[in-house]
Amino acid sequence: MSAIAFPTRLAITEIKLYLREPLAAFFAVVLPLALLLILGATIPDFREPADDLGGVRPVDTHLPGMMILLSVLTVAFSILPATLVVYRERGVLRRMSTTPVKPISVLSVQLVINAAASIVATALMLVSGHLVLEIPYPPMFLAFVGVFLLGSVTMFGIGLALAAAAPNSRVVQSAGAGIMFPLLFLGGMWLPRALMPDWLRVVSDYSPAGAFGQALTDVLSNQAPSLLHLGVMTAWAAAGILAATRWFRWE
Amino acid sequence: MEIIKVENLHKRYGDKVAIADVSFAVEEGEIFGIVGRNGAGKTTTVECVAGLRTPTSGTIKVGADLKQQVGVQLQDCSLPDKLRVGEALSLYASFYANPASPADLLAEVGLDPRKPFAKLSGGQRQRLSIALALVGNPRIAILDELTTGLDPQARRETWGLIERIKERGVTVLLVTHFMEEVERLCDRVAIISDGRVLAVDTPAGLIARADGSDRVIFRTSGSVESLKSLPEVASVVVDGDLVTVTGDTNALHAVVAALPVGQISELRTERTTLDDAFLTLTGHSAT
Repeated sequence: MSAIAFPTRLAITEIKLYLREPLAAFFAVVLPLALLLILGATIPDFREPADDLGGVRPVDTHLPGMMILLSVLTVAFSILPATLVVYRERGVLRRMSTTPVKPISVLSVQLVINAAASIVATALMLVSGHLVLEIPYPPMFLAFVGVFLLGSVTMFGIGLALAAAAPNSRVVQSAGAGIMFPLLFLGGMWLPRALMPDWLRVVSDYSPAGAFGQALTDVLSNQAPSLLHLGVMTAWAAAGILAATRWFRWE
Repeated sequence: MEIIKVENLHKRYGDKVAIADVSFAVEEGEIFGIVGRNGAGKTTTVECVAGLRTPTSGTIKVGADLKQQVGVQLQDCSLPDKLRVGEALSLYASFYANPASPADLLAEVGLDPRKPFAKLSGGQRQRLSIALALVGNPRIAILDELTTGLDPQARRETWGLIERIKERGVTVLLVTHFMEEVERLCDRVAIISDGRVLAVDTPAGLIARADGSDRVIFRTSGSVESLKSLPEVASVVVDGDLVTVTGDTNALHAVVAALPVGQISELRTERTTLDDAFLTLTGHSAT
């Protein structure tokens, strides 16, 4: 196999390694899916039209929106940065840099695998949510895909900046959690944005997770996402990717 | 033929000089050692040769493609815990245009392909590291502090492996601070101290430079005055009944012939070791 071709062996090896850490797949895929099905099935209010949400059922909109947010944030702030920092800390990247493989291949393979994990999680949630809880498929499917991709790029960009800035794996884990939980809160995980006090909702509007969470809920409610939220995500994505490329180091 | 040529290499990090001035040339097919204490600049030197660091000034010429034909074993590099030995070799083989057979290499280093990296002993990790450095069929192998932290048994096994690498025609650039390793493996060696090359020579040549003399040590109750006039003897030091005679390589025969049978006991000889030579040349010990 040529060294410039797609690094198939590298991709296969990294996928095997990913699957050998069952906790990664559990938190990225199984936990959001299980929460969606269990909360959707056990909390009766979620299946009644809610006035706060403009008369739609939370189980069709807010709940899957939040679980998709949970999956993407888990991957972007916990799994991806931890893997990259451990690889850097232990010299895995440095060792590979002495071979003909391009270091960017290692990074790309990691990005693809982690993106695939949140895509698989989201697809499983849409399908099993439809089969078990009769959640309709996203009515504006292309808009849903667009919002999902933009939000994922935003979160991965910030996650990569975190990986680049963190001095070691201990810091990246606590910093990842320290960013992820406030963002989940601002995204409306525990307090739906509709119930937030005005000032908090404004903070949420300008946070990457608030913008992503609301845009997801909007497209799941058959509404166009607001330009504000799309703009906020784009700005965070640009800032994250810029910071990541400036700070990134292989050793 | 010179396959590596380093001239006036200089490397500075801010105000800190890691390498002041290093020059040496490595012949194709030899095992060339770089010895010196920790912090002498050995690792920085070979990392510059391997293309991992950019010299502040100086030139490095390597007669091989750095990525494809130079295999590198680095300090402080590990693999993911759950990566298995066989997978690691197949993965690294996939990076190269003309890789060696991972199965042959596995047999050579004697490792179980199913074993995950986390479960390997220190010696097994080093052997895997050598196998990874060789999997691209390199013309040059750069091995940095290969046997540090290994027990004597594992160290000897590793040395055997390096000798077999040489037999395959691979040029080896070996960084170490073990003089025993240098004496056993290296054809030639550069001694580096405080970022400068103090000497480049064969191990025997370095010993000769330092003080090539032999010492004959024994106990006797009789007189040793007669030894002082022997042409083979340079000096005689008497401490009670313990006598140390310094001289050339024939001093032992001369001493035994000159003294009456039965008067000497506990006779032994000492040669200058590479450790002694290193101490003489640098003013401090290697370890």
